Amino acid sequence: MSQFRVCPDTGFYFDKSAESLMKANAVAGAVALLIAGIMALGVVLTRWQEVHLLPADLFYQVLTAHGINALIFWIIFFEIAIMYFASSVLLRTRLAAPRWAWAGFALMIIGAVMNNVAVLQGNSSVMMTSYVPMQAEPHFYLGLILFAVGALIGCFVFLGTLVIAKEDKTYDGSIPLVTFGALTACIIAVFTIACGAIILVPTFLWSIGYINHIDAEMYRVIWWGLGHSSQQINVAAHVSVWYLITGVLFGARPMSEKVSRSAFLLYIFFLQLASAHHILVDPGISSEWKVFNTSYAMYLAVLASMIHGLTVPGAMEVAQRSKGYTKGLFEWLRKAPWGNPVFSGFFISLFTFGFIGGITGVVMGTEQINLIIHNTIYVPAHFHATVVTGTTLTFMALTYLLIPLLFRRALFLPWVAKMQPYVFGGGMTMMILFMLGAGTLGVSRRHWDMDFTGAALSFEYPGTAYMMMAVGAIGGVLGVVGGAMYLTVTVGSLLFGKKLDENAGFLQSFGVPMPASSYNIEQPERLEMASKVVEEHGDGGFEAPGTFVLAMALLVCFVVYYFINWDYLSSVWPLS
Amino acid sequence: MTSFLPPSERIWWNVPVGKQEIVWIGIALVWCLIMFFMMPYWHIYGKQNLSNEAYQTTPAKFQAKVDAMVEQYQVGEEAGFPIVRPPAGSDVYILGRLWQWYPILELEKGQSYRVHLSSMDWNHGFSLQPVNINLQVLPGYEMVVTMTPDQAGDYAIVCNEYCGIGHHTMLGKIIVKEK
Repeated sequence: MSQFRVCPDTGFYFDKSAESLMKANAVAGAVALLIAGIMALGVVLTRWQEVHLLPADLFYQVLTAHGINALIFWIIFFEIAIMYFASSVLLRTRLAAPRWAWAGFALMIIGAVMNNVAVLQGNSSVMMTSYVPMQAEPHFYLGLILFAVGALIGCFVFLGTLVIAKEDKTYDGSIPLVTFGALTACIIAVFTIACGAIILVPTFLWSIGYINHIDAEMYRVIWWGLGHSSQQINVAAHVSVWYLITGVLFGARPMSEKVSRSAFLLYIFFLQLASAHHILVDPGISSEWKVFNTSYAMYLAVLASMIHGLTVPGAMEVAQRSKGYTKGLFEWLRKAPWGNPVFSGFFISLFTFGFIGGITGVVMGTEQINLIIHNTIYVPAHFHATVVTGTTLTFMALTYLLIPLLFRRALFLPWVAKMQPYVFGGGMTMMILFMLGAGTLGVSRRHWDMDFTGAALSFEYPGTAYMMMAVGAIGGVLGVVGGAMYLTVTVGSLLFGKKLDENAGFLQSFGVPMPASSYNIEQPERLEMASKVVEEHGDGGFEAPGTFVLAMALLVCFVVYYFINWDYLSSVWPLS
Repeated sequence: MTSFLPPSERIWWNVPVGKQEIVWIGIALVWCLIMFFMMPYWHIYGKQNLSNEAYQTTPAKFQAKVDAMVEQYQVGEEAGFPIVRPPAGSDVYILGRLWQWYPILELEKGQSYRVHLSSMDWNHGFSLQPVNINLQVLPGYEMVVTMTPDQAGDYAIVCNEYCGIGHHTMLGKIIVKEK
């Protein structure tokens, strides 16, 4: 039975069921992103104090829906698609247990819908974190649990596919680096979902009255094993996608397999400890615990990210230099395809994730510095730099790559696609920078009214804080426009994009398989190891000097900003 | 020859690592260690640390302590809140509830106070402005932080943990007076 087709442009083999599942998951993710984006508009237009669009109840409801759809549903649907790609396509193998994979997908859909319904009904405006003892409706928690079970099935389908590929010897040597990164994401995902189950199942039972008390601190500690770790899945996933994109666009090879894979291994060992970042100013937790966990045991996961920060652009630089872009330090970067949204999306994401997301994350995750940052709007500013301009923008860039390959459609309105990463990345970066500023001035996150209307006492934030919130909101609106551009291009491509395969119909875009005639390969040829490197740098010099300069620039910003924050901390009231 | 193909060497972990990566890993590791040791360093030499002293409590027990303090040291009233001036160096209590920080404290500049914080209901966020000190306040836990106000003036306590529809009205006050 033939079940593979080969992509004539790239030579990738697509297994029939894997292909349908990837499409279905990617489309479901895009729907979640649409909801999240609409909600985002409500959030930014309310926090822009001069506009102050929504009433309080609606604001908190919209904020809850925004957080869950963006941080959980959009990203995890898309990550499942990436895992299937990194296993079945990259290893040229059939997908393990496609029926289970569909069952998992169905559970994720049911869970996502159930949770959204609970939030829309209005009695579950508890924020994504749903800290007890504030209570949501039972189906709020049940929706999340079902979604998580579905995602867990997806993880096991991915692992099973790796096993099948190994048994069937569909590839020679070790799994590719990109698949290794996806495996890292999968292992972190299993841990994450386990934490989610440990805390959300009892919370669900509590919401239906079966358990009468859940300790508020215990909830926070375990919930963050879900909440923060789910964002660590993203880091592993989008770093893998960075390697994939540099490979596809530039033919880049890892500078060193050992270094890049060791860095992923450090993620597996240490990245999870970062859930402690949320507990740094909580009662009843010792400083020893905080220091060890918040620093990922001596910042070993930060080390891993700094390594990827060098090796991802470094691999690209080496590939570009070998093509003759060798002038000066940065010709390789200047002559990169800046008009291709796959590249521009990837590079803006790499840059903002490292310079803004990474640095602010480490600074605010420092035990004592957290005192001046906890729960201010600095926190969402940080995680928008990691999850929005980092993960989301990476996934957008990947979409532009996958629409022709996977959906067999040409991009609709390519000029919109070309501008999209700049509008989205630029708008969000503007929002992030001004929110960081407002957070430093003490503006609270998750807060409807910075004028405190109706309070018995009064307090006024400085005028600068209002200005920063307003400028940030304008950036946020731009970001929403960028998001709308992305959805216009993707949905438009599926509906109106030129068909690159005559069977790429409308329903096929949502996961309905193409006719059997499209799949004419029974078993792809075995995947060979990459060709050997011709030793081209015998002088012992740096292979990627431009990247090294960029990395040093990152380090200088990092060091300066880190100590500025210690200085700021030293100016507040002494505490002991 | 790319990152999405199996490595070109079967035994890829024996391929020597380039000089550039080794130098960068070395630099990055040193920086990571510096950041790590900054935290214990600040515990010894810095002035802004949490003691992590905390007790399990109940809303009723904590309320009783707050009431006792208010009864003993109340000196005035503002907007329905008692203003309390406890002696320097003593234990002082602030409770968070929907949607108040209670009571208003009047402290003396340069003196240290053991501030006890707890919540009567949900999670609250103690955000002292414009100093910008932020602490998480939970029901069932009594956190003790020794604070030494070093400037006179009126300070607001903003609630910065979402606590329902009236969250934005939850403001408290600490008054710091010159000696």
